[in-house]
Amino acid sequence: MELPNHKTGSAPYWMLALGIVCLIAGSYVGLFRAPAEAYMGQVQRIMYVHVPTAWNALLAMTFAFACAVVFLFKADFKWDARLEAAIEVGVLLAFLLCCQGAIWAKPTWGVWWDWDPRLTTTAVLLFAFLGILALRKFVDDPARRAMWSSVATIIAYADVPIVYYSVRWWNSLHQQQSSPSTVSSQFYFPLRANAFGVLFLMTGFIMIRARIATLRLRTELAAPPVLRGDEAGEMA
Amino acid sequence: MSAVPAESAVEVEGVSRRYGRRWALADVSFRVPAASVLMIAGRNGAGKSTLLRVLATAIRPDRGRVRVGGFDAVREREDVRKRTALLSHHNYLYESLTARENLVVVADHLRASRDSIDGILAEVGLAARAHDLVSTFSAGMRKRLSFARILLQQPRVVLLDEPYGALDPAGFDLVDAFIRAFRERGATVLFATHQLERSAKLADASLVLEDGRVVA
Amino acid sequence: MIAALRKELLLQWRSRAQFLAVFVFGAASLLLFSFAVGPNARALRTFSAGFLWLGLLLSSTLTLAESFHAEMENRALEGLLLLPSDPRALYYGKAIANWLQLTLLGFALVPVMVVLYDAGTLELARLAVIIALGAAGLSAPGTLYAAMTSQVKAKQTLLPLLLFPLIVPALLASVKATSLAILGDPMAQSRSWMALLAAFDLIYWSLCGLLYGRVVEE
Repeated sequence: MELPNHKTGSAPYWMLALGIVCLIAGSYVGLFRAPAEAYMGQVQRIMYVHVPTAWNALLAMTFAFACAVVFLFKADFKWDARLEAAIEVGVLLAFLLCCQGAIWAKPTWGVWWDWDPRLTTTAVLLFAFLGILALRKFVDDPARRAMWSSVATIIAYADVPIVYYSVRWWNSLHQQQSSPSTVSSQFYFPLRANAFGVLFLMTGFIMIRARIATLRLRTELAAPPVLRGDEAGEMA
Repeated sequence: MSAVPAESAVEVEGVSRRYGRRWALADVSFRVPAASVLMIAGRNGAGKSTLLRVLATAIRPDRGRVRVGGFDAVREREDVRKRTALLSHHNYLYESLTARENLVVVADHLRASRDSIDGILAEVGLAARAHDLVSTFSAGMRKRLSFARILLQQPRVVLLDEPYGALDPAGFDLVDAFIRAFRERGATVLFATHQLERSAKLADASLVLEDGRVVA
Repeated sequence: MIAALRKELLLQWRSRAQFLAVFVFGAASLLLFSFAVGPNARALRTFSAGFLWLGLLLSSTLTLAESFHAEMENRALEGLLLLPSDPRALYYGKAIANWLQLTLLGFALVPVMVVLYDAGTLELARLAVIIALGAAGLSAPGTLYAAMTSQVKAKQTLLPLLLFPLIVPALLASVKATSLAILGDPMAQSRSWMALLAAFDLIYWSLCGLLYGRVVEE
């Protein structure tokens, strides 16, 4: 069995810096330069963080799913570290997404929670992935933990479209998906800038978190003492 | 690497296995010729059970290579499983089934005939209790039933983890007889035990484990 | 697979007292749900389908976990795998047995629902199909997750934590379809909910069968 490599290097920190710059620029334009939206007014400005968070949350979960599939076939612990990182960052983004959705729903529809298919799917996904994080805490054997979280991730991810369509049928009275094509050009820049900002932040966090997971895995998977070299030699 | 003699039933090369942060087996290597009996000795926690479980493919080695009957224990697991049977300290029995029903389950999963079951139950001395639930059995009777399970499997390589544990003196003789019978049929037997004097007479070779390493 | 199924049914028959206890648990939870709503006959009738499925869902965590008790106390499952047996056959044997048990439990809870909530229906055949489909949706991922959680310390917490978010679509479709059967279905929507349930079942019965080997084998 090969130990996952521990990488050092400043790439993730550059990612974080770039993400913060993008977010500042996008948020500044979104909050102070872009005009207020005709129907929804100032409230609509939450879209500049909400939509980028949504895209990236889904992206993080999709990356977690990809890691799970690769681990299932390759059994390389590098992918387990990435899975752990992607799920944790994805859970954080999904949680933020639910909060933003509630904040947006209150002035718009007058209730904190609305059974919108996207918001509901996010909440279901949040709980599903929290369950996987809990499972990881209770399994000590790294091989078993990695395999089980791969399996659970694949099963949970397969649920996403089913949850989405079932909730949409169940509660079919909602506005269309927001994407740049349905938004007028004045809103482009802040949305795009923030989308890349969150993307860079997320990538940086996932990279750093995967390094931490790798370090832990390296101690868990370390070679037996005798294979590491002769003890007398080390003492000399 | 030199050519492997065909008559080696079990080959273990550089096998290590971890439980959590502890190494239960560290760089273990040995070979067992076919139709011979190997005794594995060592204190509690020396790695005997782990070694037998690796050979039975119940757990994977973290490092190293295991071949049973020429088949790789990781890549050709099915083939290894068809040839091995493990008497584990988990007895693999269903408590809420009777002795006979437990063997029927095994025979059905092996797609083997159920005809031999009653004979085997008599052989291990459980004919009278065949229709009692395992939950009413003593430790020694469970051990006998586990032996019956192995007889049903007709393995080429028999892995016995403390076969004498919990048995009465008559049971001791029974185990001796089984090991001899397995060897006469051409099967290879590896067994871990603390009954050193008794077993030395049965075994062709022996292996001593200490802290997961082979020391003799 | 026949061998595995026969073993499961025999084990379930031996623990039939357990089934009775779970039924009483389910019936008791149906009784408690009505206290949450209050003595409002109309509301109770409206929510009856939801209560029935929640009762079944809560009971299922008990039966699913129990179905692995016999496998784990002496590691009998490992014993079968080493024979060798195909893990897929073992999975389908157990999942089918769990499905039969949950379906039976669902049937048994219907009269309780009818009596407590005045939620009768004459479309018994359709109700039976819905319960069978919904129970299948619970038992396929439930069997897989129970196999995992039966091997860890916090099994009682972990199984519902993993299972509940996953079966949201199955629960939703079952409740909707049952509700339409009880309250009337003027727009003929129940067929599409049953189709959704069937699709959920199909996906998870195949996916979990494929992945079970990875869960029970080391």
